[in-house]
Amino acid sequence: MLNYLWGFMIVVGVVYGMLTGNIQAVADGAIESAKDAVALCITMLGVMSLWTGLMQVADKSGLIASCTKKLAPFMKWMFPNVPPEDEAMKHMTTNVISNILGLGWAATPAGLRSMRSLSHLNKGSDTASNEMCTFLVLNVSSLQLIPMNMIAYRSQYGSANPTAILVPAIIATSISTLVGIIFAKIMSKVYP
Amino acid sequence: MGIVSVLVIASAYIIPIVILIVVIHGMYKKVDIYDEFVVGAEDGMKTVASIVPTLIGLMMAVGILRASGFLDMLANLLGDYTDKIGLPAPLLPLLLVRLFSSSAATGLTLDLFEEFGTDSYIGLIASITTSATETVFFTISVYAIAAKVTKTKWTLAGSLMATLAGIVASVVIAAIMSM
Repeated sequence: MLNYLWGFMIVVGVVYGMLTGNIQAVADGAIESAKDAVALCITMLGVMSLWTGLMQVADKSGLIASCTKKLAPFMKWMFPNVPPEDEAMKHMTTNVISNILGLGWAATPAGLRSMRSLSHLNKGSDTASNEMCTFLVLNVSSLQLIPMNMIAYRSQYGSANPTAILVPAIIATSISTLVGIIFAKIMSKVYP
Repeated sequence: MGIVSVLVIASAYIIPIVILIVVIHGMYKKVDIYDEFVVGAEDGMKTVASIVPTLIGLMMAVGILRASGFLDMLANLLGDYTDKIGLPAPLLPLLLVRLFSSSAATGLTLDLFEEFGTDSYIGLIASITTSATETVFFTISVYAIAAKVTKTKWTLAGSLMATLAGIVASVVIAAIMSM
C-alpha cells in the first residue's frame, strides 16, 4: 500500500507542478523536505534517546510492569491475542500512557518497539496482524486528553477563552477513538 | 485566564515529574540508574537511525505534493460541496494537509486564526479537529516500516474513519458552540 501511496504522491505532485508552472516550487519542496527530515531526526535523536533511557530505568525498576498491570484489563480486551506477559504488551502500555499524558516524544519510541514486538509475534510476516492494525488505528485516533499546544496557540492568537475547546476536544477525540476501536473490533471479527 | 495559567503550569510540570518519579523509583529499587539510562538511550539512537530513511522518503513526497499546489486545487474543488454541509471551504486545505504533516497543519491553523479569529466558527472547528486525531499517513508509514510490514490491511480505512468521525464531531460541536 505504501509503495502505491508514495508513488502516487510523487507522480501527482510532479505532473501537476509541471502543468501549473509550479515546477520550481516542486524542486525546492523536494530538496527542502529532505533537509527538514534530517533536521527533525537530529531533534528526535536527542529527545527520543532521553525517553528510551528513562524507560529502560523504569523497566528495570518494575515501574512499567506495575503500570502494565493497572491497564491490563483494557489492553487485554483491546488485544486479546497478545499474551499478557509478552514484551509487546509492555511497550504498548507505555505507548498508551505516554499518549494520554501528552508525551508524544515518549510515545513514539514505545510505539515503534511495540510494532517490532508485534511483528515478532506475527512471525515477521509482511502482512500486518490485526493487533498491529488495531494498535495503529488507536495511535492515529489520538489519545491525548489535554491539547496543550492548541490552547497555547489560541491564547497567543488573542482568543477570548483559549480553554473553551478543552471539553469539546476531549469529546471529539473520544468519539474518533471510539469509532476507531469499534471499526478495529469489527474488522478483527470479520477477518480473523 | 485562570484555567489557562493552571493548565500551562500543570503541563510544565508533567515532564519533570515523570522524570522524577522514574529516577526516584529506580533509586528505591536499587537499579543502576545511570548505567541503565545509557543502555536505553543507545537503543533510542538505533531506533531513530532506523527511521531516518523512511522520514526522508516520506517528507520528500509530501513536500512535492504540497509544493505542486495539488492539495489547494483539490480543496477548492471540494469546497463548494462541503460548504453546503456546514464545513466551510477555507478549512479543507487544513484537513487534507493534516493527513500528511502535523507541522504544516499547525502553520495552516495559525493562518486561519489570523484570518478568521480563534473563536469564530472556522477557528473553533480548526482548534477542535486538530486535537482529535494524529497525522494519518505519517504515523502509519513510520510504524509500519518499524514492523517491516508492507500490507497494512484495514489500517488506513480505520484511521481515515476515525479521522472523519473526529471531523464530524468537531463540526457539530463547533456549530453548537456558535449558536
